Amino acid sequence: MPLSLLIWLPAVSGLVAVLWPARWAPRVVLAGSVITLVLAIGYVASFDRGAEGLQWVTDETWIAELGIHYKLGLDGLNLFLVLVTALLFAAALLHANLREWERPRLFFFMFALAESAVLGAFLAQDLALFVAFFDLMLIPFYFLIGAWGRGERVRATTKLVIYTLVGSLFMLAGAIATGVIAAEGGGELTFVLSDLAQVQLAEGTQQWIFLCFALAFLVKMPLFPVHGWMPDGYRAMPLPVLAVFSAVLSKVAAYGFLRVVLPLYPDASVHFQELMLLLAVAAILYGSVMAFTQTDLRLILGFSSMAQLGFIVLGIFALRPEGAQGALLQMVNHALVVVPLFFVVGALAARAGGSEDIRDMGGMAARAPLLAATFLIAALANLAMPGFANFVGEFYILLGVFESKLAIAIVASTGVVLASVYMLRAFIATMHNRAGSRAESRELSLGEGVAIVPLVVCVLALALYPQLPLARSEKSIDASVRTAQAVQR
Amino acid sequence: MTPEAPHIDWAGLSPIVALTAGGIVVLAAGLFRGAWLRRYGVPLLTLLTLGATAGLSIWQWGEDKAIVSRALAVDDLAMFLNLLFCAGAIAAVVLALRDSSPEESGHGEWHALLISSVLGMTVLASAQNLVVVFLGFELLSIPLYVMCATNLRRSKSLESGLKYLIVGSVGSATLLYGLAMIYGATGATGFEQIATALSSQAGLIDDPLTLTGIGLIVVGFCFKVSAAPFHQWTPDVYEGAPTPVTAFMAVATKAAAFGAFVRLFDVALIDAATNWSPLLAAVAVASIVVGNVGALTQTSLKRLLAWSSIAQAGYMLAAVVVADREGVEALAFYLAVYLVMNLAAFAVIVARERETPFGDDIRSLAGLGASRPALAWPMTLAMLSLAGIPATAGFIGKFTLIGATVDGGYTWLGVAIVVGSMLSLYYYLRVVAAMWLSDVPVPAAREPVPAIAGGSPELDAAADPEDGAGQDAGPDRPVSQAEATAVAVLFGAATLFFGILPSPLFDLARDAGSALGLL
Repeated sequence: MPLSLLIWLPAVSGLVAVLWPARWAPRVVLAGSVITLVLAIGYVASFDRGAEGLQWVTDETWIAELGIHYKLGLDGLNLFLVLVTALLFAAALLHANLREWERPRLFFFMFALAESAVLGAFLAQDLALFVAFFDLMLIPFYFLIGAWGRGERVRATTKLVIYTLVGSLFMLAGAIATGVIAAEGGGELTFVLSDLAQVQLAEGTQQWIFLCFALAFLVKMPLFPVHGWMPDGYRAMPLPVLAVFSAVLSKVAAYGFLRVVLPLYPDASVHFQELMLLLAVAAILYGSVMAFTQTDLRLILGFSSMAQLGFIVLGIFALRPEGAQGALLQMVNHALVVVPLFFVVGALAARAGGSEDIRDMGGMAARAPLLAATFLIAALANLAMPGFANFVGEFYILLGVFESKLAIAIVASTGVVLASVYMLRAFIATMHNRAGSRAESRELSLGEGVAIVPLVVCVLALALYPQLPLARSEKSIDASVRTAQAVQR
Repeated sequence: MTPEAPHIDWAGLSPIVALTAGGIVVLAAGLFRGAWLRRYGVPLLTLLTLGATAGLSIWQWGEDKAIVSRALAVDDLAMFLNLLFCAGAIAAVVLALRDSSPEESGHGEWHALLISSVLGMTVLASAQNLVVVFLGFELLSIPLYVMCATNLRRSKSLESGLKYLIVGSVGSATLLYGLAMIYGATGATGFEQIATALSSQAGLIDDPLTLTGIGLIVVGFCFKVSAAPFHQWTPDVYEGAPTPVTAFMAVATKAAAFGAFVRLFDVALIDAATNWSPLLAAVAVASIVVGNVGALTQTSLKRLLAWSSIAQAGYMLAAVVVADREGVEALAFYLAVYLVMNLAAFAVIVARERETPFGDDIRSLAGLGASRPALAWPMTLAMLSLAGIPATAGFIGKFTLIGATVDGGYTWLGVAIVVGSMLSLYYYLRVVAAMWLSDVPVPAAREPVPAIAGGSPELDAAADPEDGAGQDAGPDRPVSQAEATAVAVLFGAATLFFGILPSPLFDLARDAGSALGLL
């Protein structure tokens, strides 16, 4: 089965939805995303964990003149990210189906296009194709946030898009330079990642290209100094859009480090290792402290995500297989946890007169044990309670960092403690405490339950069996980190 | 020896002959009294002429010869540019079908001027002789001066024509001076002879006469391609001229001037490259900065596109600076992409100028995504493409441009293009935001639309696969601009198509790029 099917199925369902009557659009796109999910599960089930390298490779020449290939492939790095993407988009579309949207055809078309672009970015095995999908991801979100957002949506959208596109343009320049410079000296111009990895660029070249890519990825995540778009953006996004944005798009950026940066620019990765680790620690501390001081639930989750992504970057730039393994597991964990958390925020807001401020909530657990239970499970998972896969992920990450940079690991481990502080604060303030004036305790409705509970079940399943992704990603992780690790020694 | 009649290669001359003959026929047809003939017959004849020229250019594809004592090159670069001129002119004729400017100035004259301007462009694009360069330059400019002022009852249009005339004449004079100095320094007018002279005579490259000549030529061309710091006329002229004329001027003049630019500098003056490339690189960077900064605060769409065209001229100049085959290829590709995306945008502006009382103000686009998706989509694609977003032709175009600069050893110019694109995001996205993110348009927007014959809602609906919901508006729905919508949809679709499958266009651009015999 070609991987193109997986990528383009959502977009096709979006086009079909545009052509059919408006009231069917939500269902059609939801159906498309569910079929995509089934396909993704099929890939995971038949993935050969013993084999090295890419599986189900599609390799067509796209633009021969520029050496750009339409090359797709699955390996341990992207297998579970693809699965999680398909799962979370299906969940978000289910959630979006629970309410009415203005101009539903355009909304669901854009949503479907977003899924296609994200899957494309994960599956692309050509640098130019990756950059193209990476930039393309933003276009549907521009419309989704700008046209269906809340509050100061236009300003927030413009800010978000300009921030991320500026990063992307640097990345574009870096990508073109990589291909062109690698072809100097008689080689044929190509952007295929596996070919580019054979060529070692000069260290100075690697360094500036590394900075271009790092900027693009750090803005997308976002990490501490370049997160300016995040508060406004998070406040403005419609909830299902926010859920996938926070869960999946940040992972594309982190995945980019593993897929592109470490194998292609190993010297620069070692050169800038300490810088990246310090940025990661800064993000962990800053994110945690900010999450602790915010009262808007969206921002609490936003800054908590920043701290989690700090951990992920920390793991990647430990430049050790253990660290990168932990980072990859943590990407899956965080994506899987943050979406039900955002849905819970939506449910809570519906019970607090539309407010998402924790000061307007309280006592929500009284008559809603299921809501409280799901929130508690997701919150405990997010704070990396031992027993959850998040704990395994953070453990691996810190293990990797302890091996390479002891001092940084010690500082970073305080982030684990801080996480329990801000997550439990959010839980207690909303669920227990004294009831807010507008707060009303009500059990999950059927629709909310259908969207939230399966995801929480997935979190629990992963807690019981974290080896599922770990075993399948080991070989690819080793391959990704190998060159950089060799440089370091 | 008896003097022999010179051999005339009619096949090679055929596009020029077709345009000349067509221009005369159109001018004569405009003299007849029948309103139908003037209103529809003249545009039809013009379209036939342009179509024939395009056909003849395709016929001459791959001939690669020099005619008229080697003064005109019939090579793939010239033919490629011919196709662009014809596409631009055809779009202008279609967009002007219901415009007031041909009405006011006489259909025959307006269309004959358009054809002669195209003729000038064809001559300029194939010129490889200094005298012919100037001939083509003037033949393309003079009709345009007049066409800018064809909205006789609008003072802005007259102002635009006058401004263009004065500034353009200064540019022409400067260019002529420069050409004369090159002739004085090298003793030749043919490009090949100039190149031979520059490479064989020691010290000629650094001769003050040559240097002054090159400097003046650069200035003259910069006026025409509207590169900073010789760009000041552009926003005013673009804004004042009738919009179909602006559309034609923006895409075709730029293509013609760049065609001559690249031929003159990358063939005749290639040995002096060390002297002119820093100059051109500086002009390119200045244009990128000035154009993008100037566009940031514009509220008139035509002015916005004018500033954006200054920035785009900067991007394309970078390809001239590189001066290798890849550079010319990237330039040819980008010129085609530039044409496609700008025509889509201008077609939308034309339609909205007639449908709303806001003229070309950005307010005329408010809520377009909901009310007229058939116009909003092409405009969106055009803006995203101008900004260089993937899945549009502009992305591939910028990709090739940056690739060419990096490969040619001008990485910093590539970075300048990237930085310029960052600035440009702000104003291109503002246009997109106005269409999709702003609320319903002001009700007054729907009033003063003259009921013009020929509006066909059916065609509009047929061209509108994205959202049929836009069609159920009440009877106060403005008369749809069917032909402008069609142009917009066509070029919008082309923007998307070449963004996903650029190979057909690449094949053409590669032929065009190898025409100059550069490495």
